[in-house]
Amino acid sequence: MTSYYKTEMEFFVDMQRCIGCKACEAACAECETNGQQSMIHVNYVERAVTIQTTVQVCMHCDDPVCANVCPADAISKDEFGVVHTANTARCIGCSNCVMACPFGVPFKEESYDMMMKCNMCYDRTSAGKKPMCATVCPSQALYYGTREEMRRMRPNSVPVNTFQFGKLEVKTKVNIMMPKGATMLKVD
Amino acid sequence: MRFQLNKKAFFIALCCCIVTVMLVFYGSRKLQNFDAALIAYLFGTVFALFGIIYRYCIWLQRPPTWMYFRRGWQLLFSKSFVEYAGLSVQKLVRNIAFQRFIYPRGKTRWWGHFMLATGCMLAFCVTIPLTLGWIHFTMNPTDTSLYEAHLFGFKVMEFKLGSWMAFFIFHILNWCSWLVIAGCLLFMRRRLTHAGLIASQTFEGDWLPLVLLMAISVTGLGLTYDYEFLKGKTYEFMAVTHAVTVILFLIWIPFGKFFHIIQRPAQIGAHLYRKEGEKRGMAICPHTHKAFATQMHVDDLKIVTKELGFDFTLEDGTSHLDLSPEGKRAALAKAHLKAREATGKFFG
Repeated sequence: MTSYYKTEMEFFVDMQRCIGCKACEAACAECETNGQQSMIHVNYVERAVTIQTTVQVCMHCDDPVCANVCPADAISKDEFGVVHTANTARCIGCSNCVMACPFGVPFKEESYDMMMKCNMCYDRTSAGKKPMCATVCPSQALYYGTREEMRRMRPNSVPVNTFQFGKLEVKTKVNIMMPKGATMLKVD
Repeated sequence: MRFQLNKKAFFIALCCCIVTVMLVFYGSRKLQNFDAALIAYLFGTVFALFGIIYRYCIWLQRPPTWMYFRRGWQLLFSKSFVEYAGLSVQKLVRNIAFQRFIYPRGKTRWWGHFMLATGCMLAFCVTIPLTLGWIHFTMNPTDTSLYEAHLFGFKVMEFKLGSWMAFFIFHILNWCSWLVIAGCLLFMRRRLTHAGLIASQTFEGDWLPLVLLMAISVTGLGLTYDYEFLKGKTYEFMAVTHAVTVILFLIWIPFGKFFHIIQRPAQIGAHLYRKEGEKRGMAICPHTHKAFATQMHVDDLKIVTKELGFDFTLEDGTSHLDLSPEGKRAALAKAHLKAREATGKFFG
């Protein structure tokens, strides 16, 4: 039985593969840590000109901006690098994390007066299982596995976990699949 | 990590403790109303106060906390004082006294928290002034069937012994205990059965507070049980175990989950901040062209993030923070598409 967090497993995202089926959204709502609410974001990139959709999970930053800007110390990162959703006792619903996350991940549930976000299906990943979204994604825009598996599946791509937002460089636990040779994704 | 004394926090906490000890001295009319049997509780309370103030001051020194703490008070004492004072009272009743924001998260969860919080807050209101010698009870000198309650040495109320009022007041901590026990049991059931909580909970963070509250309530009820049914034979054991659990609770407030009781009023500040921000104008996302937050919030966040070492300024002088969450996700997707396009292949 593998009831522990598997550190060799990683999350890989390739937004170009997202077909907007929203299977991940439905699966995410099954995650026990979310309270039956979907934490994943699927939205059109620019509906007026393209039908392209994009999918966004929490990227679990090395130095999470959300946790740094939280005035209530409600967000924490564990020893596996998973950035957890707001501590329900502490979160004061100020939305600082919602506004500061460079990936647009956390959202505020107004009725709860609390922030919520993806915690990589901690009930599953902490027991050695794959996150819900990655198990149902039909186009493998979301994939959870080893680096070696990914290398075999996508020989012309490379996982990248460094992002440039203006002057800020952000490193993440979750990888994005980029063309071979790329070392970072510049967003401006 | 090496411990470093925060001098500012230490000084403020020390001053607060000195003022409290002075208030104990004068509030108990130079100790004549102070109950010496409660001396251990007094030490526990003063230590807890020191820890709470010390941690609170350190907490306030963090840039985001200080920004919103300052903003909250500035807004309260602005020209909209009457409106914001009213809103604060409304939120105080709704969010602090009744914790209504928990109700949508789950009805049983709210009942559990409401009973637990009401039991604790009511018990604080009784035990803290008792421990500090601020309230005490005496017989009416002319009529021994009457009992008097004094606050800071001034008589505030009188009730007849054997009356319903006397029964209610003498057993108030028992009512608190039952409320806390009921709340704890609901939470324990939740923590034993909810798969998500089982995965993310910790003993010291989530179970210890419940166990401690349960121990305080049960040993507190044990004191009544002892003098009602055991003729006081186990009084010392009951009194010592209760004192130990209460003092552990007190000295642990600054370090553990109970600190959220002290932090929670900040939620009121967040509501004032939002209200004022809406008045001043909303920020429009350049991508979605929709309002997504108050402009004041976006502007303040730019300052806070820079103070924390996160500079989101883009090459064109704008900021990544000007985008709404959806705008940020779209920006990332577009950047990804651009990188793929540059290689001539969208997949690989």
